[in-house]
Order: sequence, then structure tokens, then C-alpha cells
Amino acid sequence: MGRTTSDALYLVTIVTFILALRFLSSPKHARKGNWIGAAGMTLAIVVTLAHRGLGNYLLIGIAMAIGAAVGAVGARTVKMTAMPQMVALFNGVGGGAAALIALVEFHDFAGGLSTVIATSTVLSALIGSVSFSGSLVAFAKLQELVSGRPIVFRGQQVVNGLIILAAVVLGITIAAGGAEQWMIYGLVAAAFVFGIMFVLPIGGADMPVVISLLNAFTGLAASATGFVLHNNVLIVSGALVGASGTLLTLLMGKAMNRSVTNVLFGAFGQVQAGAASVRVDDGRTVRATSPDDVAVMLSYARKVIVVPGYGLAVAQAQHDVRQLAELLEEKGVEVAYAIHPVAGRMPGHMNVLLAEANVPYDQLKEMDEINPEFPQTDVALVIGANDVTNPAARADTSSPIYGMPILDVDRAASVVVMKRSMNPGFAGIDNELYLDAKTTMLFGDAKESVVKLIAAVKSL
Amino acid sequence: MTILVLAIFLGIEVISKVPTMLHTPLMSGTNAIHGIVIVGAILVAGTADDGFTKIVGFVAVVLAAANVVGGFVVTDRMLQMFRRREPRRGPHDE
Repeated sequence: MGRTTSDALYLVTIVTFILALRFLSSPKHARKGNWIGAAGMTLAIVVTLAHRGLGNYLLIGIAMAIGAAVGAVGARTVKMTAMPQMVALFNGVGGGAAALIALVEFHDFAGGLSTVIATSTVLSALIGSVSFSGSLVAFAKLQELVSGRPIVFRGQQVVNGLIILAAVVLGITIAAGGAEQWMIYGLVAAAFVFGIMFVLPIGGADMPVVISLLNAFTGLAASATGFVLHNNVLIVSGALVGASGTLLTLLMGKAMNRSVTNVLFGAFGQVQAGAASVRVDDGRTVRATSPDDVAVMLSYARKVIVVPGYGLAVAQAQHDVRQLAELLEEKGVEVAYAIHPVAGRMPGHMNVLLAEANVPYDQLKEMDEINPEFPQTDVALVIGANDVTNPAARADTSSPIYGMPILDVDRAASVVVMKRSMNPGFAGIDNELYLDAKTTMLFGDAKESVVKLIAAVKSL
Repeated sequence: MTILVLAIFLGIEVISKVPTMLHTPLMSGTNAIHGIVIVGAILVAGTADDGFTKIVGFVAVVLAAANVVGGFVVTDRMLQMFRRREPRRGPHDE
């Protein structure tokens, strides 16, 4: 296939990718968009295979079959709660591929590369490698193969500094025309270790931000690979992903009330320890309640807002919650779900989990939309959510989560909190809400409690 | 370089229109898109002529193919679950 034809077809691929992202603006068309993107990807692969002077088709065919099979099986079997890890894993392999491409190119053309190409090769190897190892660590942390807590050791800064220094020196040497093979291996190795060191100190709760960032990294690595291979489809698609990943990372940081630098370099959990121990003892107590009482409250309410959090996902109670909501709706109660931007393990994760349980998406309301509705709500049913409902974020300037956007559940006429115990959430701070006079607590596993609630509502 | 800058702007423009509700599929969708490195992987594997480049090229294609297929399939699985209110019970109801 000639260069002009393949360039034109690659352009079609780019357009399909843009459409795929564009269609994601509404759940109605999103799925179609994804297919359009997949079709574009297939086109790009076919066009590439038709390139003049290409050989080793058997090798490529076998490799594609293996990769596709692994990817398809992984994607089909993964549980929806494990989605963040899965994204991390697929992201890592993409980064790994970019790094390997750089290795091969350097092996073939070392010394004969122009500065631009050599620099792109360095970037592709460097970013791809960081993204690969970083994503694997993120995966291991989320999968709980490695402790989700921040892992810090003494002298870490020094070690990191040395690794970065080594990578930068090697990178500059190569870009300036250094052609020894060991240089690129050294660079890839340094970047690999750096990826590990970079993600290890970050806590499990912040992992989604990291994954999004690494996603952007892989995009940039792909873009750099495009410069190495003079391939526009790689440059443009990579840049598209790089830009969107970066933006998404910033949005997430905003929803968590954290700057991205803070996520990456400050160990949040440690700062909290001091604040958590300060407890105002003003005689208010926590009131526990029973499923029967809650069933009565819910059944005779006009409007109920369910506030699901990660606790609900952990307990796999989505299906039961939907059943409960349907029962209430049959009794004429208006039910809506309030979704905080960071509910679940990554932005929009809770929407996916509830969609899996067949909750219609028009019942899911985003924070800005639902907050004005709380004052007209009879019961706010908080299931396994904590920090995102803490009124301290609005009122208490000394609170570490002050300023974080929250769901105003405390403005509802009454609040029922379903929770395992009084343990604090991710941020490690107490929740004022639990001491509020209109709040009652229903302790226990979310799934068991909801099942009991369903039985109680039915028997009314 | 021009196209790079344009692509970045386009990326920001398109993404800012995606609602929070769909951010997880968005992440996995963009994840699938950077699987485009498969094009690069095929190019290097297809021109490899010694043992080293063949092996590395092979691994690169495996990784990239997993990225592409896994990314699109998982995104599709998520998106197919988003449905509207009308059909009270979907065909896949458990």
C-alpha cells in the first residue's frame, strides 16, 4: 500500500477515535462510539499489515492471537469492582509495548538517528517503562497483592534522586548521539525502577488518580513512538489520550479536594493521624436503630435518596439495593441515587456498579444536581459512604477535608447511615454527621442489612 | 509538531464534555485508544531481521494486542450496562 493511501486511512482511524470520545458524552450513544473506535483500530491494524516491505507475518499473527486472547479473557471475566486494577493492567502493557518498540528501534539504528528521533526514542523508552512498572504496582496494590498503604522507607528521596539522575544522564547522552546498546538498557531499567518507587508510596485510595496519570503517560509514550516511526496515527492518538488523561487526573484531584502534587508526593494518611485523635466530646451520642424501624421510615417517606459508597460495592449489595428501591417505588416513594464524583474506587465507578445491578441511569444523580433536593427529602439512606457526607468539609475550617465538595445529606429531614462500625473512612477522620440528632445508625454488613430491610419492608 | 498540539487541544475539548457518570468507561476507552501502539509494534516486528528484534517485537505485539482487545471489550461491557428506565427488567437480569 502506498504512503498516501495509508496516511488517508490512518486519518479515518483518528476520526473514529475522536468520535468514540465524543459519543461518550451521553450513555445513550457511548456504546456505539466504542465500537466505532474499535473499528477504527482494526482499520489501522489492517493498513499497517499491508505496509510495503513488511515480513514475519506468522510471528505477528501468533503474537496478536496470544495478546488478543489474553486481553479478551481478562476483560470478560473481570468483576466490575475490580475495574480499576484491570484498567491499570491494560495500561501497563500498552506502556511496555511502547518501551519495547523504542528498544528495537535503538538496536537497529543506534548512532544513525537524528536528534529529534533519538530524543523521541528516549522519551518512548522512558515514559513507556515508567508507565509499565508503575501500572503493575498500582495493579498489585489494588488487587491487594501488595499492601495498599503508602510504603515509605528512609533514604527514599535519595534513591529516587539517584535513579532520576541516572535516567536523565543516559537520556541526554543518547539524545546527543550516544550509541552504545547498554545505554538504552540502562535507561529502561532506571525508568522501570523509578516507576515502582513512584507508585509504592501512594496509598490505595489515591490509586485511581495515579492510574489516570499513568494512562496519560502511556498516551504520551505512544505519541513519542509515533515520532520515532514517522507515524501520524500514533502521534495524534497518543496525544489525544495524553491530553484527556491529564485533564481527567486534574478533575479527580479537584473532586477529592487534593492537588495532584499532594497526591503524588504527600502521604495523606500520615497527616491525618493527628487530626483524627481530636474528638469533641459534647455529650452527643450515636443512636443505633433496627431494620424494622428503618423499613417503616422508608415506606412512609415521600422521597428517599440513596447515597451509595464503596462499602456497598465491597459488600456486593448493589442488586439488593436496587430491589429495595423498586419495592419502595411500588409503594409510591420517590427514589433517587446521589453519586459523589469519587464514590467507589475511581470516578464514575459507582455508576458502573449500579448500572451492572440494572439501576436505570436516569435515576443516578450527580452531586450538583442532587444537592438542592436534600432539603425536600424525607430520608437520606447512606450505605457504606463516609467522608463524602461529612459536613465538616463545609463548616470546619480545621478539618483536613475542609473544602471538599460533599453530598449535603445532613439537610435531609432524617438520615440513616448503614455502616459496619464506627471506624473512620479513608481520610481517617470522624464524621460529625453520625452525632447529628436526626441521624440514626444501622450497623452491620451492607448486604445483610439491606436484605433485612427488604424483608421488613415486604412484611409491612 | 503542529498536529501534536492540535491533538492535545482536541483531546481536552472532547473530554471536558464527558459527564462524571461515564468517567470510568472514559478511562478505559482512552486506555484502549493508546493500544494504537500496536501499529508501531507491528511495524518493528514486521521489519525485524535478527533474533533479538524478533523476540522483542513479538512481545511488543502481544502486549499491545492485549491492550487493544482488553481495552475495547471491557469498555463495551461497562457501557452495555447503562440503560434507561423504561424496560424495568433487562434481559440479563440476575
